[in-house]
Amino acid sequence: MTRVAMAFVSRRPVAEEVVQETWLNVVRGLDGFEAKSSLRTWIYAILGNCARRRAEQERRLVPLSELAAEEASGDDLGVSRDRFFEGGRWAGMWSSAVPPWDGLPEERLLSSELRTALLEAIDALPRMQRAVITLRDVEGWPPEEVCEYLDVADGNQRVLLHRARAAARAAIERYLEEGTDRC
Amino acid sequence: MLSCADIVKLVTDYYEGRLTPAERGRFEEHVAICPPCRSFLAQMRTTVELLGEIREEDVPPAMEEHLLTAFRDWKRDE
Repeated sequence: MTRVAMAFVSRRPVAEEVVQETWLNVVRGLDGFEAKSSLRTWIYAILGNCARRRAEQERRLVPLSELAAEEASGDDLGVSRDRFFEGGRWAGMWSSAVPPWDGLPEERLLSSELRTALLEAIDALPRMQRAVITLRDVEGWPPEEVCEYLDVADGNQRVLLHRARAAARAAIERYLEEGTDRC
Repeated sequence: MLSCADIVKLVTDYYEGRLTPAERGRFEEHVAICPPCRSFLAQMRTTVELLGEIREEDVPPAMEEHLLTAFRDWKRDE
């Protein structure tokens, strides 16, 4: 929730306060909760309201659609261009190996170190990418709900998701390579 | 013919079902004959699966205590 709040308020300590305020409002409002929406939708709606209010107070409310458009601009593949041949007959083809991960022992992919590496990679992302990947892939929201919640265009949501997933993939790749060096 | 870099660029649109049938056809045609791209696609799928498993506890222990106190006070006030 802190990672999602950071889309609105950007700074982590402020986002943590927003999450705390959200839970207090949840506790206070629980009696009035009508099961018209899911509890999750209701809690996140409160989070969004608290975060927006806080961003307004701090005069830091930038329209998220603008932030998203900014983060989605440019021609970033999600994988370094160095990994592909630049010109000639093989232009655009992989110039380095892409080793399959399915032969790896399961415990390497389920380790707590990998989980930490993934969380660090998410935390290092620009804030809209961080919010999109958290809602889509960690929390499992459908794309249309993420677009509505963050007020981002569908096309930009997919670009942000792509870049964030690519960064997460690269973090796993680095983690696995480091492990190989140690062995 | 799409390049490997094109496949990398399109992979999320492919998984999200947002390619046109013609684009989808070209995408799958490339992947069928390109082992590194197949590997890349599988890596992206694994990445999404692993992301789905890292869900954290939303309420850190210190805050849980704080909330419980708030909840008790609120109950008492009623």
